[in-house]
Amino acid sequence: MTRTSEYNFAYLDEQTKRMIRRAILKGLAIPGYQVPFASREMPMPYGWGTGGVQVSAAVLTPDDRFKVIDQGADDTTNAVSIRSFFEHTAGVATTTATAEATVIQTRHRIPELPLREGQVLVYQVPIPEPLRFLEPRESETRKMHSLEEYGLMHVKLYEDISRHGHIATSYAYPVKVEGRYVMDPSPIPKFDNPKLGDCPAVQLFGAGREQRIYALPPYTQVVSLDFEDHPFEASKADHPCGLCGSDSSYLDEVIIDDAGGRMFVCSDTDYCDARQAQGHRGKDAA
Amino acid sequence: MYVAVKGGERAIRNAHAWLAEERRGDRSVAELSVAQIREQLSLAVNRVMAEGSLYDPDLAALAIKQARGDLIEAIFLIRAYRTTLPRFGASAPVDTGAMACDRRISATFKDLPGGQILGPTFDYTHRLLDFKLAAEGELPEAPAREASNEAVPHVTAFLNREGLIEDAPSDDTPPPDLTREPLELPAGRALRLQALTRADEGFTLSMAYSTQRGYARNHAFVGELRIGTVPVEVEIPELGFAIEIAEITVTECETVNQFKGSKTEPPQFTRGYGLVFGQTERKAISMALVDRALRWQELGEDNVGAPAQDAEFVLYHADNIQATGFLEHIKLPHYVDFQSELELVRKLRRDAGTDQCKVAAE
Repeated sequence: MTRTSEYNFAYLDEQTKRMIRRAILKGLAIPGYQVPFASREMPMPYGWGTGGVQVSAAVLTPDDRFKVIDQGADDTTNAVSIRSFFEHTAGVATTTATAEATVIQTRHRIPELPLREGQVLVYQVPIPEPLRFLEPRESETRKMHSLEEYGLMHVKLYEDISRHGHIATSYAYPVKVEGRYVMDPSPIPKFDNPKLGDCPAVQLFGAGREQRIYALPPYTQVVSLDFEDHPFEASKADHPCGLCGSDSSYLDEVIIDDAGGRMFVCSDTDYCDARQAQGHRGKDAA
Repeated sequence: MYVAVKGGERAIRNAHAWLAEERRGDRSVAELSVAQIREQLSLAVNRVMAEGSLYDPDLAALAIKQARGDLIEAIFLIRAYRTTLPRFGASAPVDTGAMACDRRISATFKDLPGGQILGPTFDYTHRLLDFKLAAEGELPEAPAREASNEAVPHVTAFLNREGLIEDAPSDDTPPPDLTREPLELPAGRALRLQALTRADEGFTLSMAYSTQRGYARNHAFVGELRIGTVPVEVEIPELGFAIEIAEITVTECETVNQFKGSKTEPPQFTRGYGLVFGQTERKAISMALVDRALRWQELGEDNVGAPAQDAEFVLYHADNIQATGFLEHIKLPHYVDFQSELELVRKLRRDAGTDQCKVAAE
C-alpha cells in the first residue's frame, strides 16, 4: 500500500502523538488508572474507535504489521474501515493472522490465540469508567477511584446475586488491577476476562470521546470481581464451532433460516480459518 | 448454509459510490458550486464554522456540499480537518467594541450612542413562503448609506458607570483550550464559554429555553446584540508588534440579568455572555443565557438542581460530534456482547424455571 502523503505518518502530527505517548507511558506506570488525554477529532466518528485509532497511531512504526478486529472478525465493516485508514495514512503492512501481527486493534474481543511478548493489543473503549452506570458524575467517580472506594460496585454485584442467583453482567465485566484500580476491560465478553491477566503482550485502552487512556503492562495481575461463594465464571455458548469444531472458542450464534434454525461459529475468524486450514471440521462445515 | 462472508471491503466501496451518486442527485439539474453555497446558504456556512471551530467559509461550504446539507456531518468534516492543522500561535483578543457592526440592537435602551442598527434580520419578516423565489430572477439592490464613523460602545459599559452591573475586570490569564487539553472539572468560565461557543446550536437553545421556563430562571434582557466584522491580530515576536492577519464576522450577545443579591454579592445586574463565529444570533443569545445559568456558584445563588446549572451535564453533552458519534455507533455490530447477553438471559430463565427458549436445529 502506498500511503497518502498529504498527512503525517499515521495521520496525527508528531506533537499530538508525543502527547498520546506520554499518556500511554503514564497509564503503563499506573496500571488500570484512567489517564486524561487531549483526544483529537479523528476522521471517523466518536464511538467508532477513535480512542483506539489514536493509540494505534501513536504506537505504530513503519515496521509494524497491523491487524484490526471488530467482534473478533477482520472483515466486519468497521474493522475494514480502520485497517484501510492506516494502510492509507501510515502505509504499514497489515495482516489478519494474530500470530503475525505486532499491533492489534480490537473492539469487543481478545483473540483466541494466546498473545506473545512484543505484541501490543489496542482496545477501543466506549465508556472507560467502570463505575459510570452506578454514578454518572465524572467528578464523583474520579474521587471514588482515588479513595479506592469500590463499595458501590460490590453492592451492585451482590444485588445481582440476591435477585438472580448470580452476577448478571456478561460483558464489560469489571476487573481489579494489581489489587488497586477497578477497571473496565471494554465490552469484551466475560469469557475473555481471564486472558487479561498475566498476558505477555502490552494492552492499551483508548477512549476517544471520553478522553481517557489506560493500560496493562505485560504480566499484570488482573482479577475479575467476584465473591468467595460466587466465584467468577467465564461463560460461552455451550456448543462446538460449527465450522472448525473448536469447543474452547467464543461463539457467535447465527440464524440460518426462519424456522428457528441456528448454528454456532467462532467469533475469531482468524482462529477459525486457521483451524479449518489444519483440517479441523465442525458438523456444519461444507 | 452459513458461509463466513468476506465482502466487507467491496460492500463499503460500493456504498460509498452510491452515496456519491445520491449526493449529486439528478444529473439533469445543475450542480451546486461551493461558491453558491458560501454566498446563498451563508447561515448554514456560519453554523458549520462556529461548531466546527474553524473560520473558513470556503471549506465550510465545501463540507456542506460533501455532507449533502447535513450540517452535523459538515461540522464533523471540518473538525476532522482541523485536527490536522499545525498551530502557529494565538491571536490577540479581538476587540468587539471596535466592531464594524452590520447589526447592533439593544433591548434595554430605546436609543443609545451608536444607535440601533437592524441589519439583515429575519425579525419582523412575515413568515410567508415567497413563491417568487421559486422562479429565478434578480433582486433590486437594497438601499445603502455611507458607513458611519460613530463609535459604538458596549451597552453594559453605561450600566457599569453607575455600578449597577457586576464588574467584569479584564484578565490577561491565557484561556485554557479544550481542543488541546482534556476537559477537566470544575471548568472555569473561559473554558465553559469555549465549550458553549462550539456546542450544538439545538442543545444550547434548549438549555437556554429551559432557564426561561423556570429551570433556574434568571430573567435575561438582551443588553446588546451585535454582529459585524473585527480584525484579528497576531503578535509576531520577531517584529515586536501585532499585525492584522484576517477580518472575521462574529456575533456577540451580552445579557443583563436580574439579581436580587446573595450572601456574597450586593443587588445588581449580572452578565451572561455569548460570542460565536459568523452571523449566528440564536446561538449567541442561547450561549449567553446558559453562561449565566452556569455562573450560579460564583454569584452565590442556590443550585435548584436545574439541568442548565449543572456544568458537568451541560459541558459533557453539548458537543454534537461527540454525541452523534456515540449515538450512531450502536449501528455497529454488537453481536459478541449480544451473544453473551443471550446466554445470560437463557441462563436466568432456566434458573427461574421458565425455560421456553428451545435451541432449535440442535
